[in-house]
Amino acid sequence: MKFLRLLCIGLASVSFSLSAYAEDLRVGLKSEPSSIDPHYHNLGPNNGFSKHIFGALVGSDENQQHFPDLAVSWKPIDDTTWEFKLRQGVKWHDGSSFTADDVLFTVERAQNVPNSPSSFVTYLKGKTFSKVDDHTVHVKTAAPYPLMPNDLTTVKIISAKAGKDASTEDYNSGKATIGTGPYKFVEWVPGDRIVLTRNDSYYGKKAVFDNVIMKPIKSGPARISALLAGDVDFIDSVPPLDVARLKQDDKLQLSSGPSNRVIYLHMDQFREASPHVQAKDGGAIKNPLMDVRVRKAISHAINRDAIVARVMEGVAVKAGQLLPAGFHGVSEKMTPDAYDPDAAKKLMADAGYGDGFKMTVHGPNDRYINDAKIAEALAQMLTRVGIDASVETMPKSVYFKRASGGGPDKSPEFSFMVLGWGAGSGEASSPLKALLHTYDKSKGLGAANRGRHSDAAVDALIKKALATVDADARGKLLAEATEKAVGENYGVIPLHYQVNTWAAKSGYKYLPRTDEYTVVMGLSKD
Amino acid sequence: MTAFILRRSLQSLIVLFVMSLLVFGGVNMVGDPVDMLISPEADQMEIDRVIRDLGLDRPVTEQYWYFLVNAFKGELGRSFIFGEPALKLIIQRMPATMELALFSLLLAVVFGIPLGVYAGLKPEGKLSRTIMAGSILGFSMPTFWVGILLIMFFSVNLGWFPSTGRGETATYFGMTSSIFTADGLSHLFLPAFNLALFKLSSVIRLARAGTREVILQDYIKFARAKGVQESRVIRVHLLKNIMIPIVTVIGLEFGSLIAFSTVTETVFAWPGMGKLIIDSIYNLDRPIIVAYLMIIVLIFVTLNLVVDILYSFLDPRVRIKGAK
Repeated sequence: MKFLRLLCIGLASVSFSLSAYAEDLRVGLKSEPSSIDPHYHNLGPNNGFSKHIFGALVGSDENQQHFPDLAVSWKPIDDTTWEFKLRQGVKWHDGSSFTADDVLFTVERAQNVPNSPSSFVTYLKGKTFSKVDDHTVHVKTAAPYPLMPNDLTTVKIISAKAGKDASTEDYNSGKATIGTGPYKFVEWVPGDRIVLTRNDSYYGKKAVFDNVIMKPIKSGPARISALLAGDVDFIDSVPPLDVARLKQDDKLQLSSGPSNRVIYLHMDQFREASPHVQAKDGGAIKNPLMDVRVRKAISHAINRDAIVARVMEGVAVKAGQLLPAGFHGVSEKMTPDAYDPDAAKKLMADAGYGDGFKMTVHGPNDRYINDAKIAEALAQMLTRVGIDASVETMPKSVYFKRASGGGPDKSPEFSFMVLGWGAGSGEASSPLKALLHTYDKSKGLGAANRGRHSDAAVDALIKKALATVDADARGKLLAEATEKAVGENYGVIPLHYQVNTWAAKSGYKYLPRTDEYTVVMGLSKD
Repeated sequence: MTAFILRRSLQSLIVLFVMSLLVFGGVNMVGDPVDMLISPEADQMEIDRVIRDLGLDRPVTEQYWYFLVNAFKGELGRSFIFGEPALKLIIQRMPATMELALFSLLLAVVFGIPLGVYAGLKPEGKLSRTIMAGSILGFSMPTFWVGILLIMFFSVNLGWFPSTGRGETATYFGMTSSIFTADGLSHLFLPAFNLALFKLSSVIRLARAGTREVILQDYIKFARAKGVQESRVIRVHLLKNIMIPIVTVIGLEFGSLIAFSTVTETVFAWPGMGKLIIDSIYNLDRPIIVAYLMIIVLIFVTLNLVVDILYSFLDPRVRIKGAK
C-alpha cells in the first residue's frame, strides 16, 4: 500500500509540472469531426470545426446572420446572376494569395470528393461559377435563387495550390490542410486530439489563443469531470440535468442559447387506416389524425411549460412555430398554444372522437436532448384528454429508417412521432420545404415530411418564397406559409426549441451559437 | 506439437468464417446507415448516390461475397464514416487499448496474487477478511460507476491524476506507447485501475482458493517437516501449483479485457479500439463493426491456443494431444 501511495504522489507531481500554458486552450468536444477535409462530410461537427481553419465566401455568425468573410460584398445583378466581390490581400496559411481561382477550384472539388458519405452537392448543384477577374466571381442559376448567400456559408474555400489532386487522407494528415482561417492545422490523432495554432496573418479579428487542443469526450459525466478537474478549459453539450448544479459553481461560467432546432410532432395525414391508431377496444378506426380539429386538440392537450420545466430541466424554450424569434421568415403573430385540456376535449368531441382512441407515440432515445422522456410525458398528457397513448422509443439507427420508410412501399411506418429539425440555412424556408411541403421525391421537396401533410396553398406560398430574391418580401411569404401550415393546418405541432449549453472555466465567456457548433472564436476572455 | 497447432489453426479458420457470416448478417439487418450519415437537407439524388457509393444497393449476399474476397486479400472494408480502411482505423487504435489491457493485467497480477495468497494463508485474519470483502465489492460494482467515482475522487477532488485521455507517448524498441513517459503513466493509471478492478478480484479469489487447497497437500507438509524455509515453500511449492487456474483465467480474461474495455475507454475518453467500436455501433458504421469483431475473435482464438501451450510448461503432466 505504501508503494501505491508513493507511486500516486510521484505521478501526481509529474502531471502538475506538465500542465498547459495560460495561452493554450483545451476543449472537450462531445462529437469529433469525422475528417479534417472540409468537403468530405456535410455534418454538424465537421462544418463547425472547419470554421477554425477555413473561410467561406459568406460568413455566418452565432445567430446565423451573414457577414462578409472571403467575399466583401454580394448582390444579384440580374434575375439569375449573383456577383461576389472577393476580399483583397488575403493570404493562405502557406503565404500564397487568395484569388477567384481558388473559389472555382473549391466548387469543382467540393462536388467530387470520393467516398463522401454526405456531400456539398446539395448546396452547389445548379450553380455555374465563373471568374470575371481575380477578385470577382459570378454565379448563374437557371431560375431566380434567393438562398445563394445562405448556401455559400456552408462551403469552405480551399487553396487551389495545396488542394490540387489532394485526397481526404491528405487533409487528415495536414499535407493539404491550408486555409485562410484564424487557426492553422497542426495535427489530428483520431479519437485523441486535434491541435491548432494561431494564424498571425489572419485578415479578421486575431485569435485569442496561441494553441488550441480539442479532445473528444463523448460521455457527458466524463466531459463535466474533465472540466471540473481542470483537464480541459471549455466543454460543449452540458447535459440539462447538470446545468442547474454547475451554475452554482463559481469556478465555472455557463452560456446557454436557443438553437435553430425545433422539436415537433409529425402526424399521419395520408392514410385512412393508420397502423398505430385504433379504437379504444382495439378495433379499426378511421384515422382521426386526418382531422385538423383532432390535431389542434392534441396541441392544446400538451403542457409545453411542464415539458420545458420538468423534462428539460428548464433548459429549452417552448415553441409555437418552426424557428425561434430572430430568424428570417418567422411569424410575429404566432405564439405557443396554451395548455387547455377542456378545449382539447371539446375539439375532440366536435370531431366525433369524444370517446377518444388508442395510439402509439414513437420517438428516438438517443438523438435529441431527453427525447425518450419527452415521448413519455406526451403520452401522459394525451391520456388525460382521452387518447390512450403508449410509448415506443428506439435508437436513432433504427428509428429514422422506420420513420421515413419502414411501412409498405417505403412509406412512413409510424402514426405519431417525435422529431427534430435544425434549420441549417438559418431561414424558415428550410423546415417549411422539408417538413410541410407536399412530398415530392423527384424534386426533393417535403423530403422529411413523414406525416405527408399536403396543402396546395402552403405549397404555392413556399414555391413563391423560394423564388423571391427580395429578402423582406421573402420573409413575409415564409411567415405567411408558417401561419397557414402550422397555425391553421397543424401540419406539425411544435413543442420546444432545444437550448444548448457550453461551460468554460471562469474568466472565459462563450457566445452560444444557434447552429449548435462549438467554435473557439466565440470564446473570449473577460 | 506442430500437428496440434496446425489442427487448431484450421479450427480457428472455421470459427472465423462462421463468425463473419453471423456478424455480417446481423449488422445488415439493423437500421439504415445512410440515414445516419447524410445531412437531413440532402435530396433523393444525393441519397441515391451515397447508397450506390457504399455498395448498399447490392443484395446482401453479393456484399458478403465482396467482403470475403477482400478479406482474403487482407482488407476488411472501408469505414462508411471515415472513408478509410476499417483495418487501418482499428490497428491505429490498437496500441492504446493494448497498453491499457496489459497494464491492468499487470496490476491485477502484481496485487492480486500476493493479496490472495496472504488471504489463503491466514484465512481468519482481519486483513484477510478485509481483502475478501474488498474483492466482493470489486466484482459487483459496475465499471461505469466506479470509473466516474475514481475521476471524482482522484481527479476532481484530489487532483492527483488527469481525468481524461491518453498522455504523451514515446517510442522505444520500435514501440510507441504512453507507458514510457511519466505523463503517459499518470494518464494510464486510473483507467487501468478501473479496468483491472474486476480481474484483480477474480485473481485474489482464485489465488486464495488455490492456496487453501494446496497448503493442505502432503508435499507442503513434507517440505515444512524437512525444514524448508517458509518463504521457499510459498515461492516454489505453493505458487507453482496454484498457477494453472490463474493462468487459464488471466489468459482468457485478457481477451475480454481487450474486447470489453469499451466502458472504461468511454468514461476516460481513452482513444482505443473500444471507443471506436461503441461510436461505430451508434452510427451503424458496419465495416468497422465487422472488422472489429473479426479481430476480437482472432484474439480469443489465439489466446486459447497460447493458454493450452502454456499449460504444458507449467504442468508437465498435461500432455497436448497429438503431440505424440
